[in-house]
Amino acid sequence: MTLDVLQMVLVTIVAAATPLMIAALGELVVERSGVLNLGVEGMMVLGAATGFAVAVETGSTLVGALAGAGAGLALSALFGILTVVLAANQVASGLAMTILGLGLSGLVGASYVGMKREPAPHLTISGLTDFPGIGRLVFGQDAFVYAGFALVGGIAWFLWCTRAGLALRAIGDDHTSTHALGLQVRKVRFLAVLFGGACAGLAGAYLSLAYTPFWAPAMTAGRGWIALALVVFASWRPVRVMAGAMLFGGATVLQLHAQAAGFGLPGQALSALPYLATILALVLLSLGRRQGGSLAPASLGRVFTPFR
Amino acid sequence: MRIDLSPRTNRSRLMDGFAPILAFVVAVAIGGVVVAVMGRSPATAFVTYFIAPLSEVWSLQEVALKAAPLALIAIGLAFCFRANVWNIGAEGQFVIGGLFGGWIAVATHGAGGSTFWVLPLMLAVGTLAGVAYALIPAILKVWLGVSEILTSLMLVYVAELLLDYMARGPLRDPAGYNFPQSVTFDDAARLPYLMEGDTLHAGVLIALTAVVVATIVLARTLFGFEVRVVGASPRAARFAGFSDVRLTLAVFAVSGGAAGLAGIAEVAGKIGQLQPSISPGYGFTAIIVAFLGRLSPVGILVAALVIALTTIGGEGAQIDLKLPLDLTRAFQGLLLALVLGADALSRYRVLFVPGTAT
Amino acid sequence: MGIIKGVAVSLALALGISSVQAQEKPVGKLKVGFVYVGPVADFGYSFQHDQSRKALLAAMPDKVETSFLENVPEADSERSIESLARSGHQLIFTTSFGFMEPTLKVAKKFPKVKFEHATGYKRSANVSTYSARFYEGRYICGEIAGKLSKTGTLGYIASFPIPEVVSGINAFMLGAQSVNPNIKLKIVWVNTWFDPGKEAEAAKALLAQGADVLSQHTDSAAPLQEAEKQGKLAFGQSSDQMRFAPKAQLTSIVDDWDGYVINEAKAVLDGSWKSQDTWGGIKDGMVVLAPFANMPDDVKAKAEATKKAIADGTLHPFKGPVLKQDGTVAVKDGDNAPDPMILGMNWYVKGIEDKLPN
Repeated sequence: MTLDVLQMVLVTIVAAATPLMIAALGELVVERSGVLNLGVEGMMVLGAATGFAVAVETGSTLVGALAGAGAGLALSALFGILTVVLAANQVASGLAMTILGLGLSGLVGASYVGMKREPAPHLTISGLTDFPGIGRLVFGQDAFVYAGFALVGGIAWFLWCTRAGLALRAIGDDHTSTHALGLQVRKVRFLAVLFGGACAGLAGAYLSLAYTPFWAPAMTAGRGWIALALVVFASWRPVRVMAGAMLFGGATVLQLHAQAAGFGLPGQALSALPYLATILALVLLSLGRRQGGSLAPASLGRVFTPFR
Repeated sequence: MRIDLSPRTNRSRLMDGFAPILAFVVAVAIGGVVVAVMGRSPATAFVTYFIAPLSEVWSLQEVALKAAPLALIAIGLAFCFRANVWNIGAEGQFVIGGLFGGWIAVATHGAGGSTFWVLPLMLAVGTLAGVAYALIPAILKVWLGVSEILTSLMLVYVAELLLDYMARGPLRDPAGYNFPQSVTFDDAARLPYLMEGDTLHAGVLIALTAVVVATIVLARTLFGFEVRVVGASPRAARFAGFSDVRLTLAVFAVSGGAAGLAGIAEVAGKIGQLQPSISPGYGFTAIIVAFLGRLSPVGILVAALVIALTTIGGEGAQIDLKLPLDLTRAFQGLLLALVLGADALSRYRVLFVPGTAT
Repeated sequence: MGIIKGVAVSLALALGISSVQAQEKPVGKLKVGFVYVGPVADFGYSFQHDQSRKALLAAMPDKVETSFLENVPEADSERSIESLARSGHQLIFTTSFGFMEPTLKVAKKFPKVKFEHATGYKRSANVSTYSARFYEGRYICGEIAGKLSKTGTLGYIASFPIPEVVSGINAFMLGAQSVNPNIKLKIVWVNTWFDPGKEAEAAKALLAQGADVLSQHTDSAAPLQEAEKQGKLAFGQSSDQMRFAPKAQLTSIVDDWDGYVINEAKAVLDGSWKSQDTWGGIKDGMVVLAPFANMPDDVKAKAEATKKAIADGTLHPFKGPVLKQDGTVAVKDGDNAPDPMILGMNWYVKGIEDKLPN
């Protein structure tokens, strides 16, 4: 494999990993605050439809991407009202959001089927982007990819280096005590949910604006669910989410490359790999801990009302 | 300003019953506006969605048929959710039940001699397969403390891909042009039909039986008492000497068995062969059904019927009013969200308190 | 051979019974129903079927009205088909292979309603089957690709190893070999009909491995767009996808059901409809190639000539000698592959280095 082919493979992997990474990073923040949002797929697909529709209408990829994030945020606001404000069950509400998001995306996207746009522009810095071997990989991506990596750093910094991040993690681990300490449990959770929804919407917009620049119904094809698995696989750590996204995205890409090169593997087994890997990771991580306790935020999925 | 929720001390039955109806009315009102914007008559749409499916024997049977697997799975899940155990992998247990039960039908296809045992064996194997598959996340939880929410969800996809592989590979009909489906089952491997017209099959009776049995178990047995106590007050349950481990395994087994049974009933009843996909998401919809039914067997039955009704009404709307399927989906999602919200409102009083948020 | 026997039996069954059945002319407008497995907005298979519904409406606006149900899961399709039959549709097109058994079952209940099942192989008195000889178009694509490839390597994105896909790959390869005996074909199985992201990844993989002309048997335009982005060439799928890749699309195999659907509706209207199997090709206008583009005139001329030869029957894509991968003779010199062989194809022709999954 020449250096250029290797680079091309890596560029493909990064592109495949980006939507998983962005959606999973958002979900990570949500789960760290103690809320389980199973509506990621719905928010993602709504973001894809809205992002594409708005980009076509305004002619601007940036406005489209923001609209995609906005659509995810709007749907997550509904989720937040249900689960955080009204203390409804998170699992059921999240699934309802997925159904709602799929339906709405079809309605929003209906008149944009069969249209295409130019993909989001890639960075070009003369001298750097053409640098053999790593130029395109490092200096030739589109803005979504850089945004994804910026999110990794930003979220890691926020969660571990700021007071607000500490509060968020503490709330996710024990909402009763943190409430007793006077932290604003529900406000923090609501904001986390909004952030997660916006990330999911942005990840969807990446699909319809950059990755495969057109709208087609259900074009997320289950990536929202993989993002959920990814958060767990990464044991709720941003840098591991990045690595896991590369691994999940890379597994698919490498399998396709292996086939193109003439090594066949059963497709279903490989498709099942991310999920099996996640379960295995959970088991290994739990085994590694003496107490047998889980690494999940302790209040994950539990309903909180100030009066309990 | 902040919004506080205070538990209602004396929950009125009236309020409990009224909340979902209010949610329904709001959802219908929003839906009506959208339908009007799309240029159709909201009144006609209402009739097509909610009245027409109830006006014919055939469509009533279809509603029952669609509600049966939802109710059966959701009743199993109610045991889990009441005990604060979160099995969200019923979809996978459903698929595994259908796969392994269906395997028996494929293996005995064309067998001579007496075949009366085939169907009971299929149902038993399907149920046990569901139990076994549900025990994976249960054991990981009690043994290693791994979150069952996540493992049970992951296992759904593993199950779906396994069925996909089996239906395209080893269990494929050898005379079927390599198309991805098994042989059609013999009559001995099919659930019998209950009414003329070959629509309503005996799977509906299984679901109804489950409603009765679950009601009795929850209300009248020690196990049911245990489930309720753990759910209501884990501390009290521990004082009473109830074992967390045993209970977790038991409720997972119950819900996995119910989902597995629903899976094989769907395969042996409606589908009659194995295909790469046998469920339009029953296992996930059932989670919502369980909560809409407030985790009570009778409530679940009602919720399952409502969901089935909107699905079948939605098909009617596509045919008669040319309204898109996506509208039905969006409406279903909205309805579910509103009912969940209204349910919370019937449990808590919402107080608007001046000052900062908590 | 089981497949041949199956065809013979079903043909005999169809012919034998159809002559007995009385034909009745419907009164009023003819209601025609369509059942799609995907969304009508997929811009591929279901979209193309919906185009034929619109063509039917345009051709006979005074005589027909139409309905459709989209996104119908195969395992849950019986009710959808029956609800069309019950709501007065006298001609119903069920457009996916997986609808086969449900179509037959509903057809039995509604002997006066005519059913048209796409890509299946079982018929009855009131169930016809139809499909298109896509392999004819694939052969021409292969020829074009063989001419245009500079690297001598072609790429193929395949969905599932069913005969229609395998015979398409073989025809493509035979077409390419006819102009370049040393051509290489790289095949990637994506195990999905529709996943734009994965299809794009597969296209990238093939291009990175040296393929410079891509063909696909999946539904989205993503591979075409990828080829366009990298300045390579590709073929569209199901419908003319020129708008997605004006510089990359060479041609596209368009499923054109318009003529067939209109004919069948006419036959029902004048009472001449009878159950039959239609497997139409270029000659019948069922397989249409989008205008040849992005190629030199001599290649275009050769493609036109081949198209003509296939249409008038002087060239059969699977004319002997056809050798399997291991060198054994599949079709003898001077023979053409019989239809049942193409319908059940589960082997690769010589020259393909990939191993067929399952």
